Amino acid sequence: MFQFLQNLGKTTRSSFAKLGRASFFLSHTLTGISDVVPRPNLLIKQVYSVGVLSFLIITISGLFVGMVLGLQGFNILSDFGAEESLGVMVAASLVRELGPVVSALLFAGRAGSALTAEIGLMKATEQLSGMEMMAVDPIKRIISPRFLAGFLSMPLLAALFSAIGIMGGHVVGVGMLGVDDGAFWAQMQASIDFQEDIMNGILKSVVFGFVVSWIALFEGYDAIPTSEGVSRATTRTVVNSAFSVLALDFILTALMFGDI
Amino acid sequence: MANSASPEDNIVSISNLSFSRGPRKIFDAVSLEIQRGKVTAIMGPSGTGKTTLLKLIGGQLAPDRGQIHVDGQNVHRLKTRELYELRKRMGMLFQSGALLTDMSVYDNVAFPMREHTHLPESMIRTLVLMKLHAVGLRGARHLMPNELSGGMARRVALARAIALDPLMIMYDEPFTGQDPISKGALVHLIKSLNTTLGLTSIIVSHDVQETAAIADYIYVLSGGKIIGQGTPQELQQSDSEWVQQFMHGDADGPVHFHYSAPDYLDDLLASK
Repeated sequence: MFQFLQNLGKTTRSSFAKLGRASFFLSHTLTGISDVVPRPNLLIKQVYSVGVLSFLIITISGLFVGMVLGLQGFNILSDFGAEESLGVMVAASLVRELGPVVSALLFAGRAGSALTAEIGLMKATEQLSGMEMMAVDPIKRIISPRFLAGFLSMPLLAALFSAIGIMGGHVVGVGMLGVDDGAFWAQMQASIDFQEDIMNGILKSVVFGFVVSWIALFEGYDAIPTSEGVSRATTRTVVNSAFSVLALDFILTALMFGDI
Repeated sequence: MANSASPEDNIVSISNLSFSRGPRKIFDAVSLEIQRGKVTAIMGPSGTGKTTLLKLIGGQLAPDRGQIHVDGQNVHRLKTRELYELRKRMGMLFQSGALLTDMSVYDNVAFPMREHTHLPESMIRTLVLMKLHAVGLRGARHLMPNELSGGMARRVALARAIALDPLMIMYDEPFTGQDPISKGALVHLIKSLNTTLGLTSIIVSHDVQETAAIADYIYVLSGGKIIGQGTPQELQQSDSEWVQQFMHGDADGPVHFHYSAPDYLDDLLASK
């Protein structure tokens, strides 16, 4: 019993210490962003590796998610004779939920894990410490551009995911299952609200981009500088990002759409 | 002692330094001086905190007690900005080289100049080529760090460390894991750079021969204390058994070959 309490205390203390380090890290990173602005080259390079290199996985996943939505949606809607609403259903689920959430999960797996491993290895090979000794602040030089790149890329990737998903739904619904083309688009246009649906979806992906980039970079920076430490940190990035994205999605949805 | 020069002649002066990691005491009231323009070596067996000492001097770690002055400034009283200014005058050569792996040799050497100066690219090119020429790797400027051998990586790191013309360079185990030719090249480089550029060099090492060949003054550290100091010749003739064992690399002596353990026979016969 005593042992249990002791362990509980230790775990709580170390989690709070970690939270403190993470907050300090975040504030340091955010102040470093002002140094990134006059050097767009640093940012462009990172947007390429974080954002552009995630294009393929986002496009392909978006396409398939949209096609599955089209198929499942058609089956259910046709029971009520409402196949014409397929466009609304596909677009609303993608723009409100699946676009931001699934692309954030994919982003954590593709770009987040890569960021953690990169920063963790830079730490293990003393590159960060070497930079400090060259009087270059590694957080400002290395972390801030990556953070900004992740933060900017995420909403764009989510938008791409939703757009490709809608096309996937169109291919299945209109192309294969014979839903009326005009009805598909017209109902979508009539029902999807710019403020309510699209802006809220973008807001979600902005929040997810912020959180996933923060987690990924912090885990790398805080990793124990050994091969095992880096591998654990990479796992933690994916797991913690997934948890945070899903939990935050519930909270955001409740605030945006729920009347709780 | 031989090191009784006036305070202005000391670029680094450490007084009463104590530092612990967890329960382990790494330094216990250590005081030492490093003279300007000289090659000073800090020697001792692995695990005595030699690298930690360099990190303390560079301000990457803070001591529990005691003070470290570098070029007249108390390192641990400085604000971050002032510390960074001071670091521009210190070069450090890490054991691993710590080259930035996503940049070529050329860009690595240019890195500190691009970060800290507004020199035009043409001037940076000239400077980078000069620094690389000094370490004999002008022809390797297009290679990436993963294409370099260990010795070459260390020489590139050295070129980068002198990029901003620092006052002093700290070498962390420069000879460890090098083949004889690279070792020879590094010994020669450290000495000649020190003289030609008017630097001060601090070498942390446990390679007795190479270090003794170029050091003007040596401190021997063990168990958190300085247990011997002097010129290489003085240390060779030291009457401390410990220093003798270290300088000559004897397997047994005051430092035992066996890690402390219960009696061998009892241990073997014990059931569990």
